[in-house]
Amino acid sequence: MKQVVIDPITRLEGHGKIHLFVNDDGSLANCYFQIPELRGFEKFCQGRPVEELPRITTRICGVCPDAHHLASAKAADAVYGVTIPRAAFKLRELQYNAFFAGDHTTHFYALGGPDFVCGPDAPKAERNILGVIAKVGLDAGRKVIAQRARGQRVIEIIGGKKVHPVTALPGGMSKRISKDEQAEMIIIGDEMVEFAKFTIQVFNDIVLANKAYVDLILSDMYAHKTYNMGLVDENNKVNFYDGKVRVVGPDGQEHAKYAPKDYLDYIAEHVEPYTYLKYPFLKKIGWKGFVDGVESGVYKASPLSRLNVSDGMATPLAQAEYERFYETLTGDRSGHTMVHSTLATHWARIVELVFACESVARQARDEEIISDHVLEPPTSIVGEGVGIVEAPRGTLTHHYKTDQKGFVTEVNLIVGTTNNNAPISMSIKKAAEGLVKKGEEITDGVLNRIEMAFRAYDPCFGCATHSIVGEMPLEVYLHDAVSGEVIQVARRDC
Amino acid sequence: MAKPKLAIYWAASCGGCDIAILDIEAKILDVAEFFDVIFWPCAMDFKYDDVRAMADKSITLTLFNGAIRNSENYEIARLLREKSVVLCAFGSCAAEGGIPGLANFHTKSSIYDYVFKQSPSLEPGNGTIPQSEVQVPEGRLTIPVMWNTVRSLSQVVDIDYIIPGCPPQSDQIAVVVAAVIDILANGKPLPPKGTVLGATDKTCCDECPRQRNVKKIKSFIRPFEKVTDTELCLMEQGIVCMGPATRAGCGAKCVNAGVPCRGCYGAPLNVRDQGAKMASALASVIDSADPDEIERIIDTLPDPLGTFYRFSLADSMLRRTQA
Repeated sequence: MKQVVIDPITRLEGHGKIHLFVNDDGSLANCYFQIPELRGFEKFCQGRPVEELPRITTRICGVCPDAHHLASAKAADAVYGVTIPRAAFKLRELQYNAFFAGDHTTHFYALGGPDFVCGPDAPKAERNILGVIAKVGLDAGRKVIAQRARGQRVIEIIGGKKVHPVTALPGGMSKRISKDEQAEMIIIGDEMVEFAKFTIQVFNDIVLANKAYVDLILSDMYAHKTYNMGLVDENNKVNFYDGKVRVVGPDGQEHAKYAPKDYLDYIAEHVEPYTYLKYPFLKKIGWKGFVDGVESGVYKASPLSRLNVSDGMATPLAQAEYERFYETLTGDRSGHTMVHSTLATHWARIVELVFACESVARQARDEEIISDHVLEPPTSIVGEGVGIVEAPRGTLTHHYKTDQKGFVTEVNLIVGTTNNNAPISMSIKKAAEGLVKKGEEITDGVLNRIEMAFRAYDPCFGCATHSIVGEMPLEVYLHDAVSGEVIQVARRDC
Repeated sequence: MAKPKLAIYWAASCGGCDIAILDIEAKILDVAEFFDVIFWPCAMDFKYDDVRAMADKSITLTLFNGAIRNSENYEIARLLREKSVVLCAFGSCAAEGGIPGLANFHTKSSIYDYVFKQSPSLEPGNGTIPQSEVQVPEGRLTIPVMWNTVRSLSQVVDIDYIIPGCPPQSDQIAVVVAAVIDILANGKPLPPKGTVLGATDKTCCDECPRQRNVKKIKSFIRPFEKVTDTELCLMEQGIVCMGPATRAGCGAKCVNAGVPCRGCYGAPLNVRDQGAKMASALASVIDSADPDEIERIIDTLPDPLGTFYRFSLADSMLRRTQA
């Protein structure tokens, strides 16, 4: 038996590794995906005052610190049993939508998008943000930089700092917003909506107008019919900041709709000995291994999942895009027919981008956000709380227990990326089964198809979140399992 | 003439330093224009082997972010030191261990125990704990072993400069980048080794616009316990603020946003230990001469160790010396 090792795949917190074991006849025997790092946040948050956790857990991820800051603040609100002032709620939600608007922009133009805008078979040197700019024009590059800056500016106004915001406290917010700051955010919101329209146009012209790309989106490649998870509002519309977690089966049937505090009734985590990252699954169904279907507890939490579990979007342009998405992919514009094609996640992300931009424009105009009343100091304590938001890459859960003074005794975190650990492993295997063939060389195309398995699900894993050129470095080592001798090395250079 | 070579690396970090570099916006194009960026894992393809193949001192400048948490971080730190003329600790984690350094309050085994034995969301009956070497039916799998103790960059290799902050603020990064380009383009001398760049020699208090009167504190409160006065020094309102023990440079962003400084820009000039400096600063504001009352006031301090050493524990005088 031969062993193929893909190492390193840089990622958010270190490196990932893929091992492919190949039978003598060239078929795939098995496939293992490993995350080799653990930093121990859950342990060293113990003993800290709970109000400091929104400022400590941001450092789990510098790409989505806003997600951790706000999930943490919501858990801390719950620890004190406090309902935050309406203005504080609206400020957090506005900040969070601005964050999504920036993050999804980065992903589409620089990370996942190049596979579509430039094409999956484009020369690797063009399959990046520079290739995107070459295709859609230098002006578009400037627009992308400006859009990122807009998102960061709103975060700075409300959150105090662009990277690692600081203003959310148990009971609300530490900072009030001035009339001038509101005026600036209204302008930013309107510009964001224009950018969203521009992005829809780019997607129409370059992706949807090309039958090969549409076929690719509809293809079965990497598709797994798993459960889907996402946060919804009271009308079952997509919401990033608040609501209930809805889980819908591959058949479109609702499996669960739970309040954050009940997450332990629905989610458990499986451990494998060869990786530090756990595998969340639906507890009521159980861990049945790396398989899909109604009988398996494996679920996905991604932009596509959020669309699948919802009945639509709460803003008009995004709703129109939602209907077009489902009409095109399923023929049923209601969205009640599940989309399982993982590559459709890229399109789902654009629908969400439109929603985020429209939300910023709308919420920035709300007169209540300049209220003086943004903090309601807690007067009693519950001692336990769960906070959930949707991170761009999946449902993010923070669960804290404290003593009667609000000092943390226990922290449990299920982060966005982790939700998708099992589906990603399955997609890698499915890709590997298709590509590992007897007597055939491992080519750049093979590497890119493995990379696309990561990228479609969760760019965080592939480090693609950080990648301004949208390429992960990949090295595949083909070993003879008996002698350990390297038979072949395949590399992709930028 | 060949362009100067620039490397940017992350060890045990969150990626926020890299985002802060991107936040210099269009100026990132100046960097790409002036430098030959030869190694930036988050931004372009790279190979460790490519770096290994370079001549010693062939990289003009390396910006290194992240703490040293495992053997791979350590190996790359040594490699980049060897290959770089100038090695700069970029951000709190590289400079002083940062937030990941808080893990030094605990042992590696206690972290494993929580994550794989005690966490409430574990699969019922789980008895599996990841191992560095695992035999699976098809062969053997390995994963790196994490160190028991988190280190700062200067604890494992010689460094030339520090750019502090969690993350360094993008306006300061832009200033440093412009200065470096000026030095290299015009043959100007480098600043003395050990200089802290992208910050000033003053303290965060010197940048803070809040009004300061005479600080006299009878008891400390926590940042959420009352709606604070937006004009007055937070410490005077009883909230522990790391400003007096923290280097200036961030623009006092946190205090301007209504929350206390937590010290991410590190100790001010000529201060070895940020926590000791903070203890000394607090000693001077406690409004009592009676030992019992002083004791009572100190008891109201929330989490002194985790606050005074929020970012600097791994590199402090209290650092763990055992491996």
